[in-house]
Amino acid sequence: MSDKINMVQAINWALDDAMAEDKKVLVLGEDVADHTGGGVVGITKGLSGKYGKERVVATPISETAFTGAAIGAAMMGFKPVVEIMLMNFMTVCSDMIVNHAAKLRFMSGGQTSVPMVIRTMTGPGMGSGGQHSDFMEVWYTHTAGLKVVIPSTPDDAYGLMRSAIDDPDPVIFVENMPILWNPGDAPTRGSRIPIGKAKVIREGKDVSIIGYGRVIQNACAHAAKLAEQGIDAEVIDLRSVQPWDVETVLASVEKTGAAIVVHEAVKKFGPGAEIASTIHENLHKRLRAPVVRIGAKYAAVPFSNVLETASVPSMDEIEAAVRGLVGVPA
Amino acid sequence: MPANTIPPKEVLMDIYSKMSLLYHNDDRARQVIRTGRLVMPYYSFRGQEAIPSTICAQLRDSDTISTIYRGTHDMLAKGCPVDKLWAELAGRVDGTCKGKGGPMHITHPESGMMVTTGIVGSSMPIACGLAWANKLNGTDDVTVAFFGDAAGNIGAFHESLNLAAVWKLPVIFVCSNNRYGEHTKFEETCAVDSVATRAVAYGIPGHKVNGNDVVELYNATQEAIDRARAGEGPSLIEANTFRFFGHVFGDDDAYMPAGEKEAAAANDPWPNYRKFLTDGGYASEADLESIDEAHKATIEAAVAFALASPWPDVQEMYRDVYAEELVP
Repeated sequence: MSDKINMVQAINWALDDAMAEDKKVLVLGEDVADHTGGGVVGITKGLSGKYGKERVVATPISETAFTGAAIGAAMMGFKPVVEIMLMNFMTVCSDMIVNHAAKLRFMSGGQTSVPMVIRTMTGPGMGSGGQHSDFMEVWYTHTAGLKVVIPSTPDDAYGLMRSAIDDPDPVIFVENMPILWNPGDAPTRGSRIPIGKAKVIREGKDVSIIGYGRVIQNACAHAAKLAEQGIDAEVIDLRSVQPWDVETVLASVEKTGAAIVVHEAVKKFGPGAEIASTIHENLHKRLRAPVVRIGAKYAAVPFSNVLETASVPSMDEIEAAVRGLVGVPA
Repeated sequence: MPANTIPPKEVLMDIYSKMSLLYHNDDRARQVIRTGRLVMPYYSFRGQEAIPSTICAQLRDSDTISTIYRGTHDMLAKGCPVDKLWAELAGRVDGTCKGKGGPMHITHPESGMMVTTGIVGSSMPIACGLAWANKLNGTDDVTVAFFGDAAGNIGAFHESLNLAAVWKLPVIFVCSNNRYGEHTKFEETCAVDSVATRAVAYGIPGHKVNGNDVVELYNATQEAIDRARAGEGPSLIEANTFRFFGHVFGDDDAYMPAGEKEAAAANDPWPNYRKFLTDGGYASEADLESIDEAHKATIEAAVAFALASPWPDVQEMYRDVYAEELVP
C-alpha cells in the first residue's frame, strides 16, 4: 500500500527538496515564513526555520514590489518561488507578470531571463465569492513567455513544482484550492513531471474528456460510473495549460472521434476554445460531432452556495455531453 | 544635508566625458530621426545629462541599473556600447537585443544595464530584486533605479520604497524631476512639492538636489551609495531638472507656458558644466572640444554601423520567447 499525502504536503516537499538541493532557490510571499504559519494553508510550513529568513521571506502585502523583486533576483541567477496568495491578486501585479516576467527574455534578445515560479491558489467551491475564486489561467496562457500548470493530484503537484523550479522561464503554478487536502499517492521524492505533458487518467474508446484540475478528477470518477452503463470514456488530465499536450489530445480524439473539453475557467473565450479549435483544425473529418466545451458561466463567481455550485461545470452537464456524443440517451 | 565637496579632477572629467557623449548622442539621434532613417518613438533627455553622468561616474561595472523609456542617457552613462545601442535603435540584428527590444527596452547586462521598461514606475520593483540579489550574494554592489517625477505617483514607487526600506536593500532610487509627466505639470499631479519628501514615509533619506548641478548630485549620490554599500539600506534622490524637447520626439510643447523653456535654459547643465570646468581651471575649452570630437566620431561610426547592420531574420520571432526556440 502506498502512502497517501495531500497536495499541501506534496508542494511543501517539492519546495523543501528544491531548497535543499539548490541554494539559489528562494521562497517569498505574504505569510510564507514560519512565524506566520508557513502560508495561509501551511504549504511553506517549516521552510523558514530550516533554510533561514534570508531565503524564505514573508513580504508586505505589496504584490507589485515583491513580484518585481522576484523578477530582479531571477535575472541575477536566483530561482525565486513567489507566492501570490490568490489568483485574483495577480491582477494587482499583472504589469510585473505580463510586461516584465513574460517578456524580458524576448525583449532583451535572450540576454536576460526570469526563471521564477509564481504559486497561486484559487477555485470556486469555498464560498469565497467573486474576488477570491477565479480561474484566470487564460490571461497568462495568452501572454507569450509564460507557462501555466494546474496539477490535480499530490504526485503531479510535486513533480510539476520540481519541473517549474528547474525551468529556465517563468511558470505559473496554480493550486486548486478545494482539492488541496484530498489524499493521493505520495510522490517519489526527486521525481519530475515534464511541463506540457498530459496524463491519460482513464483509457476509453467512445469519447475523450479533456481538462485539468478538480473538474477532470471528478469527470474521471464519473466516467467510471458511466462505464457500468457501457459508455467508455477516455479522460485526459492536461496538467499543463501552456504549453499543452496537443499530441496526446489529438491521438485520443483520433481514436474516439468525439471530444469534450472541460475546465473551471469561464467557458466564453476560455482555454477550451483554443483546445476545441485545435481539435477541429486537425481532426475535422474524424469527428462525429463538434467538440463540446464546458466551463464556468459568464458571471463573477457567486457567493451563495446554490449559485456557486451552478456556476461551475457539473457532472450532469458532462454526462449529458457524453451521452449526446455517443448517442446513448439517459 | 550632504557635504558640498567638489569631486577630484579625474571624476569631474569622467563626468564631463559622459555628458559629452550623451549630449552629442541625443543631438545626433534627433537629426537622424528627422532624415527618416531611424523610425522609432524617441524620448529626448536633452537637459537631463548631468544626472546619469554624475551618478554612473560613481558606480562600479558590477553595479546594476534599471531605467525607463527616457533612458538612453542612463544606458550610455553606465557603459552600454554606442554601436550596439544605435543598432538597437535602428531595429537591426546587431543591436543589444537583436532589434527585438527597441529604444524602450535596451538591455546590456555586461555593463550592468539590466532592464529598461516602457511602463511608468516599473523600473523600481525590479531594481529591488537586483539589489536583493546583491545582498544575497554577499557583495556590496548597489543598484540604481532611474525614473521620472510622474512615477512618484504610482503604486510601484511606494511599494518599492517600503520593501527596500524593510529589507534594507542596497538600492538608490533616482527620480529625475523634469517638471512634466507627459504633458501635465508636476504641480497639478503631485500632492507634495517635492518627491524627495516622500522618503520620510519610508524612513529613508530623501535628497532633493539641483539635478543640473554636478557637485550637488555628486555629494548626494556619494552619501546614498556609501549607505547602500554599508548595508544600511536605500535612499531616494530627487534630481530637479528640465527636458528641452518635450515628452516624445515631435512634441510641440503647446502645453508649456510661454517662456518656461527659455527660463530653464539658464540652468542647462551642458553649457553650465563646461563653464564650471573652464572657469575652475579643470580643463581648457580645447580640452573639452577634444573630448567632444572623440565622442562625435564614435557616434558617427555607430550610426554607420547601425544603418549598415542587417534586419533581423523573421525566425527571430520564435527565439527568446522561451529558452527553447518555438516551432512556428
